[in-house]
Amino acid sequence: MSRENTAHLEGLSPYPYPTRGHRQAAELELRHVSKRYPGQREAAIGDLSFTVPAGEVCVLVGPSGSGKTTAMRLINRMVPLSGGEILLGGRSVLDREPRELRREIGYVIQQVGLFPHETVAENIATVPRLLGWPKDRVRMRVRELLELIGLDPAEMSGRYPAQLSGGQRQRVGVARALAADPPLMLMDEPFGAIDPINRTKLQDEFLALQAKVNKTVVFVTHDIDEAIKMGDRIAILREGGMLAQYDTPKAILARPADDFVAQFVGADRGIKRLSLTRLEEIELLPPDGAAPASRRLPGRASVKDALSVLLTAHGEALAVVDDEDRVTGLLTLSHLERLIAKDSDGEQRQVLASAGEAGS
Amino acid sequence: MTGQLAAAGPVIPDFSQHSSSCAVHNHLFCADWVKANWGPVLWPALRQHVVLTAIAIAIGFAIAMALALFAHRHSWAVQPTLLVTTFLYTIPSLALFELLVAPVGANIYAAEIALVSYTLLILFRNILTGLASVPQEVLDAAEGMGMSRRQALIRVELPLALPSIIAGLRIAVVTIIALATIVYTIYNRGLGVPIHNALGEGPFKTELIVAGGMAILLALLADAALVGLQRVLTPWSRAREAS
Repeated sequence: MSRENTAHLEGLSPYPYPTRGHRQAAELELRHVSKRYPGQREAAIGDLSFTVPAGEVCVLVGPSGSGKTTAMRLINRMVPLSGGEILLGGRSVLDREPRELRREIGYVIQQVGLFPHETVAENIATVPRLLGWPKDRVRMRVRELLELIGLDPAEMSGRYPAQLSGGQRQRVGVARALAADPPLMLMDEPFGAIDPINRTKLQDEFLALQAKVNKTVVFVTHDIDEAIKMGDRIAILREGGMLAQYDTPKAILARPADDFVAQFVGADRGIKRLSLTRLEEIELLPPDGAAPASRRLPGRASVKDALSVLLTAHGEALAVVDDEDRVTGLLTLSHLERLIAKDSDGEQRQVLASAGEAGS
Repeated sequence: MTGQLAAAGPVIPDFSQHSSSCAVHNHLFCADWVKANWGPVLWPALRQHVVLTAIAIAIGFAIAMALALFAHRHSWAVQPTLLVTTFLYTIPSLALFELLVAPVGANIYAAEIALVSYTLLILFRNILTGLASVPQEVLDAAEGMGMSRRQALIRVELPLALPSIIAGLRIAVVTIIALATIVYTIYNRGLGVPIHNALGEGPFKTELIVAGGMAILLALLADAALVGLQRVLTPWSRAREAS
């Protein structure tokens, strides 16, 4: 059994040395999962079922008491399951030896929990060393990961956690979780203790990192904005660990399942939807070559940014430009209004929020 | 060993043999006397003192570590262990040495049992405090990354408890070096022997000063060695100060 698991662990990182390739992410499926603590009448997790496709970020979000951290810790068996089943890559986690399972699941927590007595390199090497990788392979992997998270290996390897900034510590925490190239990552409010400016930076960095490594990620937060930003899918939990809605951020913002979800995502969900849509995704006015617009935004910018610019543009058009600063289209306030109206009329899945919802 | 000390005979200097000796004129410190008695008296006493202390610390540390590891897992054991070790610590040392003579005999066993019993409270408390001071999130991370409890203990908890453990060792070592000077009351070993002899030498204070000074110096050196050991073993604790 253990031999077979080891073979599985080595997976796409063929001995003797790691390649730049990454191991296939695994699908995660929760089937009627429940957790009941002895002596408590209410279940911590009611009846939770959802599937996270391989390579996607699923954000568990909800008010305190909704059991989101508990749900996450059920997956790597740090909290024992009361009922139901959790499948990782089609295989029940209950069939696995817990420690072996955990070495295959990246784990990041809010307080990071770096080992204060170990250097950055030693911290990152934790799981590979537990797995008994040869020294050379561990060293190469550590260097590779430090480069991946944008820390200079020569400068940072020998530092102790106390010598790092909060943001650096969090990055090292992510690198440590990625060390053995796990098919699944669990992240419990990983950026919760970081100041807003650095949090935004770390979120962006993580999204860029995720685009490279393509892990299946379960990400816990209480911040709906973070959930919308980070999640391919969002699972909104209500008290008692019940699933209120599970869908993509856009779908949740467009069609909240009930009052609880509507209230939780906030009255400004129309605006939030605009922030999810990039200018290059919408139908722009053709660039007519006439009066060159003084206000420009790249196609990567969100419709929300464009709206903000237009509201102070005194009726002028906004030019949307590509990476070479060529104008690809124009946007005016009235055109944006038309797009929003069209979106709210049609049943087709359009990219914009309804003007009525956004305004109310 | 006993023979060696007995052969050294009375350590009261023979005034008649050294008419010019400083022993007559300089009662506080007579270098000639020290030179003459280093080999037969002082050096063996120092060696015995080190051995008495080392055995007591080694055994005391092993017992205290076992107790602390158990109590760390089973918190119900903390209070009873503290109660017993505190009780042992409060027994007047002279009384304890004498009490042990009847069941054990006036030998090294009685001496070590008494000395060990005085290390337990200090070491147990410090080891336990060190283990308890490991941050919860660090333990959570260790568990979440798939360490067994034993791996977490050896790779994470004990290294992080080291500063507290060594702090305990420092107090225990200094305490035992001081306490071992009264082992002579039941067992004729250690620096207590020349100190005790010196008390019977009237105005001549050289032996008292030299033997007492050696005990103090030994304690200071042992303490400094442990500080050095901690610096070597816990480079990370200084990194914190530097940052």
